Amino acid sequence: MLDNLTQRLARVMKTLRGEARLTEDNIADALREVRLALLEADVALPAVKEFIAAVKQRAVGEEVIGSLTPGQSLIGVVHRELTKIMGEAHSGLNLATQPPAVILMAGLQGAGKTTTVGKLAKLLRETQKKKVLVVSCDVYRPAAIAQLKTVAAQAGADFFPSIADDKPADIAAGAVDWARRHYYDVLLVDTAGRLAIDGAMMREIAELHAALKPIETLFVVDAMLGQDAVNTAKAFSETLPLTGIILTKLDGDARGGAALSVRHVTGRPIKYAGVGEKLSGLEPFHPERMASRILGMGDVLSLIEDAKKGIDEQKAVEFAKKLKSGKGFDLNDFKEQIGQMRKMGGLSSLMDKLPAQFAQAAGQMQAGAEEKAVGRLEGIINSMTPAERTKPELIKASRKRRIATGAGVQVQEVNRLLNQFEQTQKMMKQFAKGGIAKMMRGMKGMLPGMR
Amino acid sequence: MFGFLKKSPAEPDSPLNVAAAEAPAPAQAQTLSWRDRLKAGLARTRANFGGKLKTVFSRGKVDDELLEDLETLLLTSDVGMEATRHLLHELGTRAKHGRLETPEAIQQALADALYELLQPLEKALDVHTHRPFIIMIAGVNGAGKTTSIGKLAKYFQAQGKSVLLAAGDTFRAAAREQLQIWGERNGVTVIAQESGDPAAVIFDAVAAAKARGIDIVLADTAGRLPTQLNLMEEIAKVRRVIQKADPSGPHETLLVLDANIGQNALQQVKAFDRAIEVSGLVLTKLDGTAKGGIVAAIARQCPKPIRFIGVGEGIDDLRPFDARDFVGALFE
Repeated sequence: MLDNLTQRLARVMKTLRGEARLTEDNIADALREVRLALLEADVALPAVKEFIAAVKQRAVGEEVIGSLTPGQSLIGVVHRELTKIMGEAHSGLNLATQPPAVILMAGLQGAGKTTTVGKLAKLLRETQKKKVLVVSCDVYRPAAIAQLKTVAAQAGADFFPSIADDKPADIAAGAVDWARRHYYDVLLVDTAGRLAIDGAMMREIAELHAALKPIETLFVVDAMLGQDAVNTAKAFSETLPLTGIILTKLDGDARGGAALSVRHVTGRPIKYAGVGEKLSGLEPFHPERMASRILGMGDVLSLIEDAKKGIDEQKAVEFAKKLKSGKGFDLNDFKEQIGQMRKMGGLSSLMDKLPAQFAQAAGQMQAGAEEKAVGRLEGIINSMTPAERTKPELIKASRKRRIATGAGVQVQEVNRLLNQFEQTQKMMKQFAKGGIAKMMRGMKGMLPGMR
Repeated sequence: MFGFLKKSPAEPDSPLNVAAAEAPAPAQAQTLSWRDRLKAGLARTRANFGGKLKTVFSRGKVDDELLEDLETLLLTSDVGMEATRHLLHELGTRAKHGRLETPEAIQQALADALYELLQPLEKALDVHTHRPFIIMIAGVNGAGKTTSIGKLAKYFQAQGKSVLLAAGDTFRAAAREQLQIWGERNGVTVIAQESGDPAAVIFDAVAAAKARGIDIVLADTAGRLPTQLNLMEEIAKVRRVIQKADPSGPHETLLVLDANIGQNALQQVKAFDRAIEVSGLVLTKLDGTAKGGIVAAIARQCPKPIRFIGVGEGIDDLRPFDARDFVGALFE
């Protein structure tokens, strides 16, 4: 789709190699790219502006950590800030009141309010063992009440019947009364979708709120919303004292910038995220995941962290020494690399985390095939004797035949492995000239099988 | 299952004739009120878009700063990066050729560029090529498919066509009931089944339409996100089954887009196009969104004719897309 942020930053940052510190000058272009990336992800402009200012403040003066490029450092700052803005840890629903705890849902048409009511009812019933009553105050859309009834039955929650001729406020009052007399823990109130500019409808929900005095007023937002999310959120939060946000349809492929816009305007926590059509599809909201998604960058940072975790620093140092002492990179090391790659979660999880240019190159191979190929490589190396592993040049025709039989592959595959190894070895020699940091960086690019 | 056959034979005639007789007179009045309604619906769009434009344009000269401001402006209207660059490039070219010194001239130049971009999307839907003319409707969850079908039914009826609705959304709770209520309001037959396969329901509907000489079949489908590959597979099957019922169909595959949606709308168009060969778009909820800019992005990156736009909650608020009116309403 669109260039992702990492790719664009890579372009801008080319000129930046070797600078040890981020300064206002050297990140100006990069910040422009960040700004565009956020806009493309549908983050609203006011939110973008404020965010960029915050990042600038944080980033200037930041030291470029050893193995990272300035670009990666900046992305680190961007990601950190984004996660922070998106809210810290997950905050659940507040039900601490004299029962019934009333939860009012509000949002645009088609945001997913009714489905979310069903999902919440199921969640509260199953994880918190609450007795849940649901009621629909949507007297406008045809069959909205019937929809909630069906959803409630699927969720195992009780449904307070209402008819489309009633006034929403009357329905709500009746439901509260019923809930109180029948000792319900939670009452979920579904409302009609409304446009923020529809004065009459906004007044109606404000009255509903005044009558119900809900402990939670949740704003249901479609994750696909565009720039207008900020206006909608503003109008709703001015009319209603919102207590939280639920982001729906996150299983789509939208970048979800609306999350940041809404969060920016309302300042309320995003409590849950709706994924999938099933009633079990309601998850606690993860700020870091959302940050990565908005940036469209693949989780580069966690790849870097994984790499740090996965590759033992000590081993890496020994490895470097070995290279410098002139003793070549052998098949044992090659195998170790493959093992390390496995530790990092295998190729496919790696692919998710890689920035686009690598992923593209790697994407030429078929998804499942890579895992298999890696396993096969290991198998072939395992069929070699220790002598062969340290001195691959020993391997001639008859040894190849033996290894192939041992690993259950064709001789050609053994040849291919040896070729691949040779290439890797060549690259290793180049890296041997640079320091460890350089080599660490290089390693990411030359994982076997990635070409 | 075919119980509806009993009561209906007389039905198509009466509302049809009445509608046909009444059509010419209100049509005249409606053209005017339609423009007003579009304007009213887009008032908010204009307030935001036009208002900001005025302040930007009041600077008077086309320089880098102005272009940068315009870029921001277009981006915040959901126009998207690619289309924004294109529009600015166009504006730049125009600035070089003609003398654009007054705010009005710049505004006119941008309006022209936008109009040129959108004009190719303005293609009215011709429903006279087949009978029954089968229209399949698809979209993501909550885009407004079922509501649009209700409005479309009304629209076609007003043109003196007989309409039949197929409740192909067998998944969402009460989607069938929602369509049935719409059908009642419009006096249109709705073909529905208790549960089961959406393709089967629509197959039945097409057969029923043929038997009864209906002009237009509107086939509803369940909302689905393009990432749900199994559901995309399912809708591709619905299309294949329609082809089985009528080898020339479906004659139109409409994708319903919520105008509130941002850049993801592009992904939606592309994904649905791959699955069911989208032949036209319906843009809904234009009265609420402050910007209709995504239209420009679509025109640039995956042009599909915009058949209808929805600018209000009323049953008459779905109308053919008119690029001139759209741009005009945006810039006035």
